[in-house]
Amino acid sequence: MSDFERKIDRFIEFFIEYDGYKTVIEGLQNTLKIAICGLLIGIVIGTLIAIVRVLPKYKLLPRVLNGICSFYVAFFRGTPMVVQLLLSYYVALPLMGLNVPSVTVALVVFGLNSGAYISEIMRGGIQSVDPGQMEGGRAIGLSFGTTMIKIVIPQAIKNILPTLGNEFITLIKETSVVSFVGALDLYVAFNRIGSNSYEFMVPYLVMALIYIVLVLIISGLVKLMERSLSKSDRGR
Amino acid sequence: MIEVVNLNKSFGEIDVLHDINIKINKGEKVVVVGPSGSGKSTFLRCLNCMEDPTSGSIIFNGVDIADMKVDINIHRQKMGMVFQHFNLFNNKTVIENIMLAPVYVEKKRMKKLRRKNPNNEVVKSVKEIKADAKAQAIELLKRIGLEDKADAYPSQLSGGQKQRVAIVRALAMNPDVILFDEPTSALDPEMVGEVLELMKELADSGMTMVVVTHEMGFAREVGTRVIFMDEGRIIEEGNPKDFFANPQNERLKEFLSKVL
Repeated sequence: MSDFERKIDRFIEFFIEYDGYKTVIEGLQNTLKIAICGLLIGIVIGTLIAIVRVLPKYKLLPRVLNGICSFYVAFFRGTPMVVQLLLSYYVALPLMGLNVPSVTVALVVFGLNSGAYISEIMRGGIQSVDPGQMEGGRAIGLSFGTTMIKIVIPQAIKNILPTLGNEFITLIKETSVVSFVGALDLYVAFNRIGSNSYEFMVPYLVMALIYIVLVLIISGLVKLMERSLSKSDRGR
Repeated sequence: MIEVVNLNKSFGEIDVLHDINIKINKGEKVVVVGPSGSGKSTFLRCLNCMEDPTSGSIIFNGVDIADMKVDINIHRQKMGMVFQHFNLFNNKTVIENIMLAPVYVEKKRMKKLRRKNPNNEVVKSVKEIKADAKAQAIELLKRIGLEDKADAYPSQLSGGQKQRVAIVRALAMNPDVILFDEPTSALDPEMVGEVLELMKELADSGMTMVVVTHEMGFAREVGTRVIFMDEGRIIEEGNPKDFFANPQNERLKEFLSKVL
C-alpha cells in the first residue's frame, strides 16, 4: 500500500467512523448560511446605499445621507474582513454587553461588508439603465421611489447579475476567515479532521474540491437566472 | 387649463428660457416649432416640471405646480407625456406598461378610502383593480390595432408600434392634456405616418395637446395655434393659416423658407 493510499484510508476512517462527516456537514451549512445571508443582507444594504447615491442632491437630507453612506463604504472597503469580524466580536458586542453566537456575528458582518461592495456594483447597474426609463415613470405620475423599485432596479439587477454572482463566489471563499471568531465553517471542519488524524494532506484536498464544486454550482445557477431574466431581450 | 407665467429656465450659467408667458385652453392643440436649441423641448418639459423652472409659475387646473411644495406626481397623472425615444418600460410587457400606473394609482386611492372607512363597501380589491385596468388596456390596444402584441416586450416592437403604445400608456391615465416631445423624430420615415394618424385621431376626439415637432404638415393640419420659438423666447404665435402664409418675424420667415 502506497503512502498516499494509506493517507486516504486514514481520512476515510476519520471522516466516517469518527463522525468527521457530521462536522463537515455542519461546517458546510454554516459556510452556506453565512454566504447566502451575507449576500441577501448585502443586496438590501447595497441597493439602499446605491439609491441614496443616485438621489438628486439639491436638498439637505440626501446630502447628509450621502455623507453617511460614503463613510460606511469607505470603512467596509478600507478594512480587511478579518478586522471587521474581530472588531465586532471582541470589541463592539462586549462593549454593548451582548453575547451573540459567532455564526450570527459572521453572517451580519458579511452582510455589512458585502453591502459596501454591492452598493458600488448596484450604482453602476442603476446608472447603466437608460435615464429615459426614470423619465417615463415620473412623467406618468409615479414617484421617484416607485419608479426606482418597479422599473429601474429590476433592469439594473439584470445588468449586474454576473457581477453579483462573482460577489457571491467571493463571499463563499471568504467565509474561511470566520474561524477567527470561533465559528465552525468548512475550513474549520476539515482542519479538525486533519488535527485529529495527524494527517492534513487529504482533508485539505477534499476541502478544496468542495469549494470548487460549490463555486461551479453557483456559476451554473447564475447562468440559468441570466437566461430567464433576459426574457425581455428577445428579438433585440 | 395651463397658464405659464414669467417662466425662466437656466442650466447653470446658460439661460434657456426667457420670460415665457402663455395660456393654453382646454381643447387647444398647440404646436411648438423652432430651430434646434431654441428651448422648445425645455419649455415642454417645464410644463410638467420634468425640468424644474428656475423662476415663474405653471398654473395647471388652478394649482401652481412649479411650487416645490406641491405633490407633482398627482398633477403629472393628469398630464400625459410622450417622448422622442418612447421610454416604454423595457422590463414590462406592452400590457403591463399600460396597466402599471393606473393600477398603482387606484391601489393608493383604495388604501386611502379604506383608512377613512374600514367597512367601505365601494372599495375594490386588488384583483378587481387589476381586472379593470386590464380591460381598459385591452380596449386601448384594440384602438391602435395592437391587441395581439399585449404580451410582447417593447424590444419586440417596431418604432412606430412603440410610440403608439407610449401614447395609449399616457391615455390610460385619462389625462387632461398630453405633451408630445418630438414624437416622430426617432422614427423611420415609413413609421411617421401611423403615429401622426393616431395623434390626429386624438386631436379630433377633443384632447388638449401641446406638441413639439418638426412636422410642419401636422402643425398646419391639426394645430389650432402654432408657436415659433427662438433663443428661448416665443417670437411669434398665431393660427396655422396666418402663421404659415403670412409670417411677420424675419427669423420665422427664414426658418420657414428652410423647412417648407
